Amino acid sequence: MFEGWDAVVLARAQFAFTMSFHIVFPAFSIGLASYLAVLEALWLATGREVYINLFNYWLKIFAVAFGMGVVSGIVMSYQFGTNWSSFADKTGPVIGPMMAYEVLTAFFLEAGFLGVMLFGLERVGPRLHFVATLMVAIGTLISAFWILSANSWMQTPTGYAVNADGQFVAADWLKAIFNPSFPYRLVHMVLAAYLTTSLVVGGVGAWHLLRDQHLAGPRVMFSMAMWMATLVAPIQILAGDQHGLNTLEHQPAKVMAMEGHYQSHKDGAPLILFGWPDQADAKVKYAIEVPKLSSLILKHSLDAPLAGLDTVPRENWPPVPITFWSFRIMVGLGFLIMGLGLFSLLMRWRGMMYQSPLLHRFAVLMGPAGFIAVLAGWITTETGRQPFTVYGLLRTTDSASPLAAPAVGSSLIAFIIVYFAVFTAGVIYILRLMAQPPHPGEQGPTKDLPARAAGITPAAGAAVEGVR
Amino acid sequence: MSIPIDLATIWAFIIAFAVFVYVVMDGFDLGLGILFPLFPQKADRDVIMNTVAPVWDGNETWLVLGGGGMMAAFPLAYAVLMPALYTPMIAMLLGLVFRGVAFEFRWRTQKARNKWDLAFAGGSLVTTLAQGIALGAILQGIHVDGRHYGGGWWDWLTLFSVLTGIALVIGYALLGATWLVMKTEGELRERAYHLSWMLLVAMLCAIGAVSIATPFLSVQYTQRWFAWPNIILTAPVPIAVAAVTALLLRALGNKNDHQPFFLTLGLFALSYAGLGISMYPYIVPQSITIWQAAAPANSQIFMLVGVSILVPLILGYTAWAYWVFRGKVRPGHGYH
Repeated sequence: MFEGWDAVVLARAQFAFTMSFHIVFPAFSIGLASYLAVLEALWLATGREVYINLFNYWLKIFAVAFGMGVVSGIVMSYQFGTNWSSFADKTGPVIGPMMAYEVLTAFFLEAGFLGVMLFGLERVGPRLHFVATLMVAIGTLISAFWILSANSWMQTPTGYAVNADGQFVAADWLKAIFNPSFPYRLVHMVLAAYLTTSLVVGGVGAWHLLRDQHLAGPRVMFSMAMWMATLVAPIQILAGDQHGLNTLEHQPAKVMAMEGHYQSHKDGAPLILFGWPDQADAKVKYAIEVPKLSSLILKHSLDAPLAGLDTVPRENWPPVPITFWSFRIMVGLGFLIMGLGLFSLLMRWRGMMYQSPLLHRFAVLMGPAGFIAVLAGWITTETGRQPFTVYGLLRTTDSASPLAAPAVGSSLIAFIIVYFAVFTAGVIYILRLMAQPPHPGEQGPTKDLPARAAGITPAAGAAVEGVR
Repeated sequence: MSIPIDLATIWAFIIAFAVFVYVVMDGFDLGLGILFPLFPQKADRDVIMNTVAPVWDGNETWLVLGGGGMMAAFPLAYAVLMPALYTPMIAMLLGLVFRGVAFEFRWRTQKARNKWDLAFAGGSLVTTLAQGIALGAILQGIHVDGRHYGGGWWDWLTLFSVLTGIALVIGYALLGATWLVMKTEGELRERAYHLSWMLLVAMLCAIGAVSIATPFLSVQYTQRWFAWPNIILTAPVPIAVAAVTALLLRALGNKNDHQPFFLTLGLFALSYAGLGISMYPYIVPQSITIWQAAAPANSQIFMLVGVSILVPLILGYTAWAYWVFRGKVRPGHGYH
């Protein structure tokens, strides 16, 4: 059934699909792990019950999200071999050690302390348990460090040489790890993870405040989340802008695609707000533009000349429509998130933080916005680097495994069916947990109750089921 | 066969170690999934899950280290083997997806609990079969063309690879059964004992069958095992298997708590050493040696620094986590 299909296209579809599913979970668990560490620290410092209640409440959700992140992550780690074996052969000496360090310094740390974090409070005591929570949180950040370093090296390769077998080898490890786009990418992603989590926490808090404004737990989580959105969203927009300038320097074609600049502009490029990029005709149709603004943003000068894709050989063009639109979705959501933060600040100032249904509804609506923004951001950066896997050096078509299309096609179908079945169920379970407000004396997975197990007691599970 | 010590050899041992630790640690919890259908009672299943719930995630991380480490240290072998094992690898990954989420999901639903029990059992079985088949497919040799896999989509499927697949299912099930003997009490433990006996007999048959079949795969294996003077070095392996088996039979007869599990691990170690003897110094049998597949020295040295510092640390805190959750798991009481 896949005769005539291109195995490379199918492999790309498979990578994009599995990656899109995977990225959601680490983005959530990076933020949530840090949030849990903060909650437990506050509990240890103040002894206030509301913090440990919130900790136990979010711990259950963390356990489900983390489990899904682990299993979808194992798939990612093997996909380099199964579908992209030429890439693995050629870049293994550089990318391989970075990913191996991710396993050694991050995955083991998270996995090793996760059990104690989930089940061990009564076995090891609060202080050692806090250490376990902290280790899990630090593990998620170290993981982000290495995987973004590896990804950034593929986008802006430095510190390498090429050997006789055509493999990339490291000439300077520090330059390879701390490659030019890495700091920007790391900051942008970690902030995105924190914002994503704060929007979920804030959305859940707001959901329960809409029903009862006096619930202690939802008040605390809503307030904490809104502080995060207020303070971090503007920083994120700034970080994104800096990342964009870095991309313009190292991957200009990607920025041209993001901006929809098929044509070069000698004296000031307009900012195309919306439009329909037509790859065949090499122009953006129905464009709504602001004159000179693109030059102002990218070059900080109204009349600065800006090169377009007409300066790039056609075979090196990224697919503009996807890059163009995913970028707009990400930026649009970024500004909406900042709007939510400012709105909450206004309400806070007026003392209406917990009494404004409008704010709460807005926050509920924005609950999933972080996930969509993260996905859109990844699509922008990954599609914008095409047609290369190692930017300018190794083409995507030269990276794939020597596989027949039916093999890649059937595995793609299998992944689609399995992922939708499994992860839909997981999301439903998470939503069920979220549908309940945190209760006083919230049971974590730590209380010594009958047949206690991963995350929740069967009794509480039944209660959740009953509510639905 | 003298073994020259160099970076590639060191890395071959490190990867072999990581894969073995994976087999040891995830083997028994995959085995629990394989045994799941034999324990239809919900309470039993809860206890079985609880014996590994806090540690399974760390167990599985060794698989990522084995795969990731291979890409880093022997990229050529990784690039050749993975497409050659495409279908079993995809099957393994999908099996792991079902199995891994079942740990979290089955506690969160009453209605769909049976489905997640099935996902746990089926996922474990598929994962194990795929791993065993992949092992057999590697042993029987892989068609290499330049720096790529040169064979077809179904080359991995032979009688021999199915045999190694079934053998691994039996082996993991035995590890799971002896783990339950160690971690549970009462009737559940009794049933685990009975299963251990049957599975031990099955595993000895499986080891025998694979051992007899392997030398027929290639002349090189035959010479490695039976030609003079190699036989002096290889003969201790079957002798040790016999000795460990005798101890295991005695331990089961005495209804010992811990010995059956660790002696079964001993059987695994010996079988694994046998594999190493057959394969060395090839990483893709008959085609690519560890030196041909090795990443440049600066990649291997860079990682060696990390491995020598971090692996002892990892083993340390992993042992601590196991220690925290030591002892029997009882129904109605959770951990003790």
